[in-house]
Amino acid sequence: MSDMTADATTAAELPRTKTDWVPLALVPALALLALPFVGEPSTWVTLTVAGLAMGMMIFLMASGLTLVFGLMDIINFGHGVFISLGAYATLLVLGPLAGWAQADSVGLNLALLLLCILVAMAVTGVVGAVFERVIVRPVYGSHLKQILVTMGGLIVAEQAIHAIWGASPIPIPLPETLRGAFVLGDIVMERYRVVAVAVGLTVFVAMQLMLNRTRIGLLIRAGVENPEMVEALGYRIKRLFVSVFVAGSALAGLGGVMWAFYRQTLTAGMGMEVMVLVFIVIIIGGLGSVGGCFVGSILVALVANYVGFLAPKLALISNILVMALVLIWRPQGLFPVARR
Amino acid sequence: MTATSAPTNIPFDETKVRSGVLQSLLSSDPPRSRVLSLILVAILFLLAATPFLFSGSQPLSTAAKICVFIVLVASYDLLLGYSGIVSFAHTMFFGIGGYGVAIALERLGAAWTSVGIGLLAALALSAALAAAIGLLSLRVRAIFFSMITLAVASAMAVLASQLSEITGGEDGLSFQLPPALRPAFRLLSEPVFGTAVNGRLLAYYLVFFVSLGVFLLLLRVVNSPFGRVLQAIRENEFRAEALGYRVVAYRTAASVISALAATVAGALMALWLRYNGPDTTLSFSIMIDILLMVVIGGMGTMYGAVIGAALFVLAQSYLQVLMEAGSSAVAGVPILPNLIHPDRWLLWLGALFIVSVYAFPGGIVGRLRQRGN
Repeated sequence: MSDMTADATTAAELPRTKTDWVPLALVPALALLALPFVGEPSTWVTLTVAGLAMGMMIFLMASGLTLVFGLMDIINFGHGVFISLGAYATLLVLGPLAGWAQADSVGLNLALLLLCILVAMAVTGVVGAVFERVIVRPVYGSHLKQILVTMGGLIVAEQAIHAIWGASPIPIPLPETLRGAFVLGDIVMERYRVVAVAVGLTVFVAMQLMLNRTRIGLLIRAGVENPEMVEALGYRIKRLFVSVFVAGSALAGLGGVMWAFYRQTLTAGMGMEVMVLVFIVIIIGGLGSVGGCFVGSILVALVANYVGFLAPKLALISNILVMALVLIWRPQGLFPVARR
Repeated sequence: MTATSAPTNIPFDETKVRSGVLQSLLSSDPPRSRVLSLILVAILFLLAATPFLFSGSQPLSTAAKICVFIVLVASYDLLLGYSGIVSFAHTMFFGIGGYGVAIALERLGAAWTSVGIGLLAALALSAALAAAIGLLSLRVRAIFFSMITLAVASAMAVLASQLSEITGGEDGLSFQLPPALRPAFRLLSEPVFGTAVNGRLLAYYLVFFVSLGVFLLLLRVVNSPFGRVLQAIRENEFRAEALGYRVVAYRTAASVISALAATVAGALMALWLRYNGPDTTLSFSIMIDILLMVVIGGMGTMYGAVIGAALFVLAQSYLQVLMEAGSSAVAGVPILPNLIHPDRWLLWLGALFIVSVYAFPGGIVGRLRQRGN
């Protein structure tokens, strides 16, 4: 018992790492800066909510990749295929349970979405485990080979999706009650985007809690800092690697489901298309940083929305411009992860 | 570093260097394998004599495509094989070359000056973009480079399809060639070996000789002191930096040279097709094709580009017919016809690609050289 009190006092005396507030302040600053340009406050709220929802979906897809990179120093260019796979996995649920999607009941619709997410995460988790074993494990330590081999894995997996589900795009309808929008005065918020914000926030909070409050989270953070030392202390870092890779793939699957319902069409290339945004986001955030990935996602999505409203032609390259500016300011990204 | 010499990078043996025109043409970097030399000579001969050996436009188009892709893949090899960095923006530079020539010929009229202006403008734009991307991303980590090139290339592809007033959007641009390259032009009134010497033939030889020249130039670059430094950086970045070489500067320079060569390839492609559009030069699937060609042919060998491009383009043109036949032969079986459907040929190439990266990092060329020793 006395140990615990001792622990508490030393914890209080330990120098705490300072939270880096500047990047965090960037998001509200950007939103406020956009207000006078957009003009109408109601339009501004609509744009901001839409941007937040977009940012949450990008975060869901990107978080797994940045976590895997942070812990394992593995860059997985095949990550996009898990997004596509998660999206296609919804068909496994939507096929037999089509009635739930048409039912005019919020509970049933949300249950359907949840079921889709669970099935997609299970499928992508299993495929992720196989992918790690077959494709990635032989090339630990060599970035060049990782990029090449995971790219090859992407090609094969995309073609396999074509072979299984056919090459033509598949339309998937949103569940009945998630269509349409909430209207509050002049403010219009699409319902599905509100759901996406809720899911994204839930996952972010859960990830933060797990990384900062649990033993396994502690091990993961320690592994990011110094994997050899964690291994030397008697933990099986390889097992941790695999479980993080599986978790990262499952998160991509979750993101894929949200993204699929947002686009309402399935194509095998949808994951690769969104990977461009995902890469921009994790570079902006700082490779390996979950918090940075979160801030980066919202930043990119908000800028894309505001610019898309103010100067549609410029929106095509706004992401690249944001990335270039951030890299000029902080070459390692917003929240640089130490070590590498 | 003595222990790490891979089979493809057999230490350069000064005593074996013979002087001669051939040696200086090949920058003292001969194929170093009898079988490989034979294959290369055969490819060179077939490409040079295609117009006289085969009739019809299909073989000539295939040969021209092989020439262009040899340059494109060799320039990519300078980055991937010799500098050890992966770029996904190579099709962007390919596209810039194509659009440069296409836009100039369409706007300024069908003359050689338009070709020159278009090519120069494209080269300048490519060099500027490559330098900017390199300086922005390579100063931190080589891995940033891959992701940033992917992002920039996809943004440029979208831009090209959106700015339809200039680029023709998804439809692309069709244009007239300078008179000397048009099919109606006759250089000689009499046919030679049964083949009419017309503008189409001249266009083919323009593509052929420019490709050959650029390829030999790239071979010169990788065998220059500059190329040696690139390889040193590839083997041990930290050590090269410690020896006093500016890693960022060298890698950025390699990226610029590679981009310039890709731009020339793009211009040749547009000249040959008399058309340039997103699907012929900019699309991401071409980027994947280039990756496959480099890895299967052999990274870091230059000659791998020749083998890879020739094999791949031939397979693309003729293998799919074979798969079509196979697919209809097993029509009753579930899934199987889907797997060997001609549209699924990338599935098998992708698998071959993964196996090559694991098992034969030197590709076909590395394999042949190993056997020769």
